Amino acid sequence: MSNLEYTLPVIWALLIGLSVALYVVLDGFDLGIGILFPFYPKEAERDLVMNSVAPFWDGNETWLVMGGVGLWVAFPKAYAVVLPAVYLPVIVMLLALIFRGVAFEFRWVAKPHHRKWDIAFAAGSTIAAFAQGVVLGAILQEIRVENGQFAGGALDWFTPFSLMCGVALVVGYALLGATWLMMKTAGDVEDRARRMGVPLLFGLLGFIVLVSIWTPLEIERISQRWFSVPNFYALSQVPLATLLLAWLCWRGIRKGRAITPFASAIGLFLLAYAGLVISNAPYLVPPSITLWQAAAHPSSQVFFLIGAVILIPLILVYFVFVFWLFRGKLKPGEGYH
Amino acid sequence: METIAGMDATLLARIQFAFTISFHIIFPAFSIGLSAFIATLEILWLRSGEQHYHTLARFWTKIFAVSFAMGVVSGIVLSYQIGTNWSRFSEVVGNTIGPLLGYEVLTAFFLEASFLGVMLFGWNRVPPWLHTLSSIVVALGTALSGFWILAANSWMHTPDGFEMRGGIAYPTDWSDIIFNPSFPYRFTHMMIATYLTTSLVVLAAGARYILQGRFEREARTMVRMGLGMVAVLAPVQLVVGDLHGLNTLEHQPVKVAAIEAHWDGSKPAPFVIFAWPDEEAERNVAELSIPYAGSLVLKHDPQGLFPGLRDFPEDERPPVVPVFFSFRLMLGIGLLMIAIGIAGVLLWWRKRLFVHRRYLTFVSYCWPLGFIAILAGWMVTEIGRQPWIAYGLLRTADAVSPVAAGTVALSLVMFVVVYVVVFSVGILYVYRMLGKGPAMVAPGPAAMPNRPLSVVQRADGDTA
Repeated sequence: MSNLEYTLPVIWALLIGLSVALYVVLDGFDLGIGILFPFYPKEAERDLVMNSVAPFWDGNETWLVMGGVGLWVAFPKAYAVVLPAVYLPVIVMLLALIFRGVAFEFRWVAKPHHRKWDIAFAAGSTIAAFAQGVVLGAILQEIRVENGQFAGGALDWFTPFSLMCGVALVVGYALLGATWLMMKTAGDVEDRARRMGVPLLFGLLGFIVLVSIWTPLEIERISQRWFSVPNFYALSQVPLATLLLAWLCWRGIRKGRAITPFASAIGLFLLAYAGLVISNAPYLVPPSITLWQAAAHPSSQVFFLIGAVILIPLILVYFVFVFWLFRGKLKPGEGYH
Repeated sequence: METIAGMDATLLARIQFAFTISFHIIFPAFSIGLSAFIATLEILWLRSGEQHYHTLARFWTKIFAVSFAMGVVSGIVLSYQIGTNWSRFSEVVGNTIGPLLGYEVLTAFFLEASFLGVMLFGWNRVPPWLHTLSSIVVALGTALSGFWILAANSWMHTPDGFEMRGGIAYPTDWSDIIFNPSFPYRFTHMMIATYLTTSLVVLAAGARYILQGRFEREARTMVRMGLGMVAVLAPVQLVVGDLHGLNTLEHQPVKVAAIEAHWDGSKPAPFVIFAWPDEEAERNVAELSIPYAGSLVLKHDPQGLFPGLRDFPEDERPPVVPVFFSFRLMLGIGLLMIAIGIAGVLLWWRKRLFVHRRYLTFVSYCWPLGFIAILAGWMVTEIGRQPWIAYGLLRTADAVSPVAAGTVALSLVMFVVVYVVVFSVGILYVYRMLGKGPAMVAPGPAAMPNRPLSVVQRADGDTA
């Protein structure tokens, strides 16, 4: 393996990893708003809650496309195995995202007959989050591969573990959404978000513990990775940091802090993400295809990298600008509409 | 092999992709033409200072916002469907055309993240010249998006710049991959098609307002601009289409044989106006044709010969009936557009354009023509490529994912239900805005920027 053949896939794995992390955190909070929608029955509250994410949501979703297309371009063999394996959850997720995406706009046009778009928004967000968790669970649980092709059945993804991951992601996104509302809203809406925040935080922690016990017990290579010496000393920092962030989040929620709960919830997500990467690196399709085995020809990776290196930083700058432009709390009745 | 209602997984996957991409193409095709129209209006506004250009630019920008958003939402699906339904394809050609689609995604996002924002929300925040510049960049950017998509698609018809190793196409020359033999023709043909489509919508909307006696000044400008474009572009499109056909004859002769329902290559071909191509008997039933005209068009010689369908083994022929009829539908609409252009220019010359109610009524119903012609044209070229997904190197049947027919059928049903609900609401939305007309643009206070669709609501505030 030449130097280029080793380095390029690593660069691309980092870029796609970044896209996925950005997607999960960013779309996580606006899907979370949708998941929490049923807990805000009043129309004025719903308007406010929805408005708090209105300027951001479709920008957030662009990272999903970046991740998907990036995976295809840089790692075609992984893309070709993973997507057929999680066929139904991926398609359900896409359709749910369409529904909740258009609900953002159609809901305002349909008023006062907007109830059906409220349902579309809440159900679409919840189903999309659940389906994403199922996809994650299916990949973690090892896809059946023969001769570089997906060799399993249509319902291989349908297992207790992947369903649990689905529920876990719904809870996690709801926590992101609730902490977002603590930061962006005031009054009753904020109070309710704080009341929901604590059980959601403990729920998410419970799921993190469950996955951390379940995967090493079931999969030998993961327990090797974490519990062999000297890995154990370095990697035990991850659960310790998780506990610290959970405590910060809990304290922030209780003490009425605006930004701490959201920031530490994001930190929890990133740590859980790091944990999954530690468990499974360097596999893209654990345990059969590594990032080097899945990599596209160096020429293809370089050709696309040139554009990505120029444009992705510009897009990131724009994101920072938009979030800065819409900083601060929204008051009831205020909106971007 | 497992089948659902007589259809195997490959056929179901083809129907599903055809369905989702046909829905999708409507929006970007309209967006490309519309952004160019808006940029032109703004340039006219800057140069003349006349208010009605500005009113029109703002009005059509709102419609552009909806179309662009619909295109984004329906496009996300496609980027994943290539993997879920066509995993073998994505693996075999991912190295060559993957980066082209990657560039399309980057282009579209970059646009959405930059100049589109200024174009949609910057009316009261930036000076007119900067706004006009943003609209020009958006028009160029949407065309650039089309550039990458059509480069990737053209490569599937006329692959070049690659070598096969271990069943995978590896890149050898990027400029050959991008500028593959059919790309310049397909790109030109499609770009003109998008501009024609939009021109017809503008013409039809303008004609409707004149008939209703509303927005006279704006409506006349719309009719003049729409008609002018149709009168110039429709004949040009005929010539470009002919050149595209000659290119296809060189690289994919069997597609041309199917288009012409030309079975016997040893004789000069007529141009078949109507027939029912009987694929079993390898001949045409109830044929009505102009002798030697097919050879004259394709070989520029009435005695010229080109391959017929019988010159190809049966398992390398595309389905003849859909290719044959889609082509005639497209060509018929193209000729009708030329007639609309000529008739309109004649009336304009005699100063009767704005009072000839029959002509205006007719064109006011012609807005869907461009969309239908685009869909028909894509049917011709995509079905005409069968049984190959990448011509000569990968068959469609070998490109499909290892997914059961039942799963594909289930997801197809879900797609149909969701798309019909969501996009019919969206199209109804555009239709309502068109019905209201440019008057809905009131110079209001600068509202907070939002994402594309919501630019509409503020102007549409009385219903929101």
